[in-house]
Amino acid sequence: MNISLTKSKYNLNNQYKAIVIGGSAGSFQVISKILQNLPEDFQVPIIMCLHRLKDVRNGFVEALNIKSAKLIEEPEDKEQIRKGKIYLAPANYHLGVELGNTFTLSTEGMFNNSRPAIDITFMTAAYVFRNKLIGILLSGANKDGALGMKRIAEKGGLTIIQEPSECLIDTMPTSALKETAIDYTLTTDEILDFLNQLHYHYV
Amino acid sequence: MLQQEIEISELRLITDLIKQKYDYDFGNYAMSSFKRRVARVLELYKMDGVSTLIRRLDIDAKFFKEFLAEITVNVTEMFRDPTFWVELKTHIIPHIRQNNEKFSIWHAGCSSGEEVYSMAILLEEMGILDNVKIVATDIDHVILDKAKEARYHIKNMEVNKKNYTTFGGIYNLENYYREESGKAVMDQNLVRNVEFREQNLVTGSAFSKFDLILCRNVMIYFNQTLQNQVLKLFHESLHKYAYLAIGSKESLIWCELANKFIVVNNEEKIYKKIRD
Repeated sequence: MNISLTKSKYNLNNQYKAIVIGGSAGSFQVISKILQNLPEDFQVPIIMCLHRLKDVRNGFVEALNIKSAKLIEEPEDKEQIRKGKIYLAPANYHLGVELGNTFTLSTEGMFNNSRPAIDITFMTAAYVFRNKLIGILLSGANKDGALGMKRIAEKGGLTIIQEPSECLIDTMPTSALKETAIDYTLTTDEILDFLNQLHYHYV
Repeated sequence: MLQQEIEISELRLITDLIKQKYDYDFGNYAMSSFKRRVARVLELYKMDGVSTLIRRLDIDAKFFKEFLAEITVNVTEMFRDPTFWVELKTHIIPHIRQNNEKFSIWHAGCSSGEEVYSMAILLEEMGILDNVKIVATDIDHVILDKAKEARYHIKNMEVNKKNYTTFGGIYNLENYYREESGKAVMDQNLVRNVEFREQNLVTGSAFSKFDLILCRNVMIYFNQTLQNQVLKLFHESLHKYAYLAIGSKESLIWCELANKFIVVNNEEKIYKKIRD
């Protein structure tokens, strides 16, 4: 991968504090590839909200961990968000971020037919991290995450969607496009390139 | 319902008014979920902002009851996390029975009662239902009435049946209810030893001692200060070496009284009180 520090095409000069990633149908391969190729000492915490079966508590995080360069954890309520960690929203709970950079879980009703709902993770993260947040929305078959992306943009955070033509189902990224202006539309490889540049920019 | 952004200062105005006027204290509820619940009320009642809500709460006590019902989260399932119920059946309850033929259980924050009926079914199938005194409490008497009635939407029974099967119930869940105009009406005989009572975990005090307390996915709506306080209440309400079960993604380790408990099963979040 060719990384140029001086000529990055992305705006990375913002000391980002967290990355939220949302995905649904068709996103598993994308997420796997990203996690597999992430630098082991990647510092910015990544919070993933991926649609998953409600009644299957175990297996998903294990499946993601098989190929991941870094350990992925399902956080518990009130757990502190830490640098260098990767988190996954647990089954049948909404995952939010609370002031003071802790996680907050909820069993409220489904949003967008989903629990965990991407909108909840994105919006609460936008409220806490404001313009220091990067939101990445991947392939999916419903509109979950669109309002969350809008909120991230309103707070001055950075918004990225997966290139719709590359998505297995592009409803999710295109819904976000309808809702708000998106900073970057990227393929999986470009998302990886972006994360790598972010990494080297911060080291 | 997620569109409106509400400021923390506005939430303070709401909680202050409710505390002063109705003696309910939401001041230490977890902020992000409480904010969402308030936004939901605004949308449900088509209110243009928090000031409208506050005016209504100030003058309309009946509306406050509706507000209370909407602000509390009442999403639950029978045999939610089937492996938890297996653990109760195979380890925790047999362990309690070694020392006490008769024992007591508190469902704290029982909501619409699904876990109370799950417990009753579990005990019935173990043949010990009449040995157990169960108390089920909730902050909201409207939902408590629903728990007593136990008329659940048939469409909700699908997940309940699935959970019951995964749990390894002896019969079919249908054995415990009859269908009546789109509702599953639970067999009232199951709750013959259950006392339903209104109780506020925030302002209430200990009223009895128990061998097992279930408070699953309730404290996630409280901040750390309130969690500490409620754990103190549970500590007082448990016999020594009695059990406390919380939600699978909750934890006691951040609480002040954590050292008075040990983890019995970390996957299912079952704790045991080991110090008075």
